[in-house]
Amino acid sequence: MTDNTTVLLDESGIKRALTRISHEILERNKGVRDVVLIGIRSGGAFLAEEIGHCMEVIEGERVPVGAVDITLYRDDIKSHGAHLPVGKTDISFSLEGKRVVLVDDVLFTGRTIRAAMDALMDHGRPGSIQLAVLIDRGHRELPIRADFVGRNVPTSLKENVAVRFNEKNQPVEVVLEK
Amino acid sequence: MEFKHKDIIALRDLNRQEIELLLATAESMREINSRAIKKVPTLRGKTIVNLFYEASTRTRTSFEIAAKRLSADTVNISPSTSSSTKGETLADTALNLLAMKPDIIVMRHAVSGSHYHLAKKVNCSIINAGDGAHEHPSQGLLDLLTIRDRFGRLDGLKVAIVGDITHSRVARSDIQGLTKMGSHVCLAGPPTMMPPGVERLGNVTVCATMKEAIQDADVVIMLRIQQERQGKTLMPNTREYSRYFGLNPENLRLAKPDAMVMHPGPINRGVEMSSYVVDGGQSHILKQVENGVAVRMAMLYHVCGGEMAE
Repeated sequence: MTDNTTVLLDESGIKRALTRISHEILERNKGVRDVVLIGIRSGGAFLAEEIGHCMEVIEGERVPVGAVDITLYRDDIKSHGAHLPVGKTDISFSLEGKRVVLVDDVLFTGRTIRAAMDALMDHGRPGSIQLAVLIDRGHRELPIRADFVGRNVPTSLKENVAVRFNEKNQPVEVVLEK
Repeated sequence: MEFKHKDIIALRDLNRQEIELLLATAESMREINSRAIKKVPTLRGKTIVNLFYEASTRTRTSFEIAAKRLSADTVNISPSTSSSTKGETLADTALNLLAMKPDIIVMRHAVSGSHYHLAKKVNCSIINAGDGAHEHPSQGLLDLLTIRDRFGRLDGLKVAIVGDITHSRVARSDIQGLTKMGSHVCLAGPPTMMPPGVERLGNVTVCATMKEAIQDADVVIMLRIQQERQGKTLMPNTREYSRYFGLNPENLRLAKPDAMVMHPGPINRGVEMSSYVVDGGQSHILKQVENGVAVRMAMLYHVCGGEMAE
């Protein structure tokens, strides 16, 4: 671990941000009807579970939660893609006509989101796709914008933002590494 | 864990971690095969040549489907349509193909070790789809995956491999893969179909009778009698073979009650296996074929990455 790390959000900070995002998702979609959460492996998938719990507490109804692995949809397979083990995509319900909320931990260049949207399209035709992220660190390379943001963090390209999880896959802190 | 091989020619060349990585990737690939849109863009723009010097339906089709589901372009070349009938050597054929810039050559050849010879001459990836009596790594991997699906593990299982060990590349790949993953492999077959120095094939037990091999086995892998490879002298006739080395409901009872039965295909019904077993509840033969596509997708995916690591 380097000494040059700053904690951006602690556990309760993350919890508050996810609770607010959950409220915003419910407000935007006027409830849980047709809403499904899809997390991007691996961080986003854990956060989607957390948001799913939050929404259940607020609304008293469980929304379907799935996970998508984007390794096979990367545009940088030549540089390092094919070394990566391929994770499992786990979407056990139809996306046809659903309001899909895509969840990721850190929004950066937008390329991961592009890949995830391509992956979702191969599973059916969603009614709409919205994007929820815990951290937006800027530096977009594609015309992609998040609908729900936990915290906007201006960063330099030399820095790295990491969301750390405990062994139960619950988020514990967000750190900025220099 | 990175996969650093440019080629996959034999499971002998892979270590346990690499085999586990291939199996894990294959498990993820399976999800694609159950979708409505069975295609991902991963290998878009890659060209894969299927060069089959020996007859094959299952393996070639399976490799072709695997490549297409990863969005690669495939070309099939078989000897009857190629220049090898006009006397061209393997190396010349390969160099000519290479001039057309393929990314992967998937080859089956009757000469053991021909893939190593070829891999030295070309800079694209080589995947072995069977070479003589040497190895058939994709079959080995799909057998491992099918067994692991059933038992959730590979270590500590007793696996019997019965039949023509001498001519079987499937047996050699299975032995390599299974022993690396910690299974206990028992071999049985007629003495005429046991290769000299069979104990050198790996950490295996050579059994005198089929009964001994399948006694309390968790898995029974039956091999095909390769009548095209062996002369007429190795067995008196198929009826006698089936009496001593055929799998039927009676001798299958010697294995564990929940034992699984596998066969690389194509099956000679009534010779190495009775139809009751082939179509019975313990048979996992079609499951093997299904896993074949996923395993081959994993192989194609990882050699494409491995190439860049060089």
